[in-house]
Amino acid sequence: MIEIGKILRGVRLAAVLATALAISACANQAADNAGAGGAGGAGSASTPGSQQDFVVNVGDRVFFETDQTELTALGRATLDKQAQWLTNYGQYSFTIEGHADERGTREYNIALGARRAQSTRDYLISRGIQAGRMKTISYGKERPVAVCNDISCWSQNRRAVTVLNAGS
Amino acid sequence: MIDNKFVMDRRRLLLGAGAGALAGSLPVLMPRKAGAALRVEITQGNPQPMPIALPDFVAGSPAETEIARNVTSIITGNLQRSGLFAPINPAAYTEKITNSDTVPRFADWRVINAQALVTGRMTRQADGRLKAEFRLWDVFAGQQLDGKQYFTTPDNSRRIAHIISDAIYQTLTGEKGYFDSRIVFVDETGPKERRIKRLALMDQDGAGTRYLTRGDDLVLTPRFNPSTQEITYMSYGQSDPRVYLLNIETGQREIVGNFPGMTFAPRFSSDGQRVIMSLQQGANSNLFVMDLRSKQTTRLTDTPAIDTGPCYSPDGRYICFESDRGGSQQIYVMAATGGPAQRISFGEGNHSTPVWSPRGDFIAFTGQARGQFSIGVLKPDGSGERLLTSGFHNEGPTFAPNGRVLMFFREQGAGPSLYTIDITGRNELKVPTPSLASDPAWSPLLS
Repeated sequence: MIEIGKILRGVRLAAVLATALAISACANQAADNAGAGGAGGAGSASTPGSQQDFVVNVGDRVFFETDQTELTALGRATLDKQAQWLTNYGQYSFTIEGHADERGTREYNIALGARRAQSTRDYLISRGIQAGRMKTISYGKERPVAVCNDISCWSQNRRAVTVLNAGS
Repeated sequence: MIDNKFVMDRRRLLLGAGAGALAGSLPVLMPRKAGAALRVEITQGNPQPMPIALPDFVAGSPAETEIARNVTSIITGNLQRSGLFAPINPAAYTEKITNSDTVPRFADWRVINAQALVTGRMTRQADGRLKAEFRLWDVFAGQQLDGKQYFTTPDNSRRIAHIISDAIYQTLTGEKGYFDSRIVFVDETGPKERRIKRLALMDQDGAGTRYLTRGDDLVLTPRFNPSTQEITYMSYGQSDPRVYLLNIETGQREIVGNFPGMTFAPRFSSDGQRVIMSLQQGANSNLFVMDLRSKQTTRLTDTPAIDTGPCYSPDGRYICFESDRGGSQQIYVMAATGGPAQRISFGEGNHSTPVWSPRGDFIAFTGQARGQFSIGVLKPDGSGERLLTSGFHNEGPTFAPNGRVLMFFREQGAGPSLYTIDITGRNELKVPTPSLASDPAWSPLLS
């Protein structure tokens, strides 16, 4: 478990760094998977309440074990922080995107991603976030963030990402 | 299909609307002996490919030389790829066929060990149409096995070549062919994390690709209607992912049903009147069917599980699908009306993406075990499971119209490509596509 925790923390850090780079490189590409397009988010990562603040300082994603849809301890900790932030900044509505790694069949992965988004949604609701602020979508294995063919990569792709809606 | 091969005056409309080809039988040049049978045995053992000679079809006039050569080349390619025939190198031919209405010099073809010989002719008619004629000969018996003529527009010469290929295949194997058919698939371009996917259509041999969508929306899992004019697929559109219908000829498309959530994994019923699919409901996915005329929807499963990948049996009485209701992805069969489902897959690992053979004898699937993804088949009662090919990632089999060949996609370093393999596990071949390709679905025979 310690090993996995270490890996996941490393992965998460890498994802956050990658996201930060993406923002500075192309602030207007809202289609970015991290969902941190610059369209509605004023200010830098140090501006409290900005989209960048959420992505960089809170963490916009949680990761799952292979073929699992239950949240890990680390995932719940991240969602606790998300819930706190979303409570503070009640103006945001958001979409939870569920994803699967490439080591599954297409249709099943779509359903698996939907389950991961649903687990995330249910947890945020249990932490007091109104259901009406969120919707879910599954991309199955169609939108990997990490592109390579090894286990560390696949673990980054098994994720649920909380994407703040630009302009909300 | 054509059943009165040797009736002289019989002509029938062979192709559906739009294709406009007429078929008829050619006069038999020599009497056919009863009981004589030149056959490729395809049902048992390890078949030896039949040596067959296919000299270029004769051109009715010099203007048809190229089209005659192309038609011969397409037929040769089809028969070769089937793995059941071994076309002989034309350099070995000693008789030059200059008139397809004369009996060949069989001795010349016996010398090069040809068992079957195909001769033919392409002629432009006064009205601009093309006449295609062919004769199939049993070289050792010295007799004609088949002979037909077709009339069509010149732009249909490729289809005529496929139809002639099917006629040869059927005469020499005793089973229907699969060459006059198409594949709908997902064309993939761009980097993996931002892949552009378009619906595309091509002939079964990989020729004549055309695109049905522009790549603006993510599209997945296209499937043919048995009429072949319509497909159903999943698209992310500009909002929630949904199952769509697309008319190939008109380009008209519509969302299937008015469901309160994501719909995916669609497939037509065998009669083309219904679409079966998964509907996401919270953490679960269940199967629903919609009648395309009445628009009425019916729930078929209601489980706290992922039920997906549904497919009808060819007689329409049963549905096979995958479910993780027992803890892992496995294949189940139930009545087309729903109700209790029987698990049929008990081999090693997971089993998913089941698809029923048009012959009814097998269900093909994607198998996952020990980090390998395989294409396999089992019988509808669950017996006789066999893996045909295994590797890093093979997925999504689809049956040729005669149930003898499967197409699937294989993920390798660069991305996915399409492959075919016989249900015997032999004759694995890559299908040429313009770029990366996945999610193939084979049409029924067009004629």
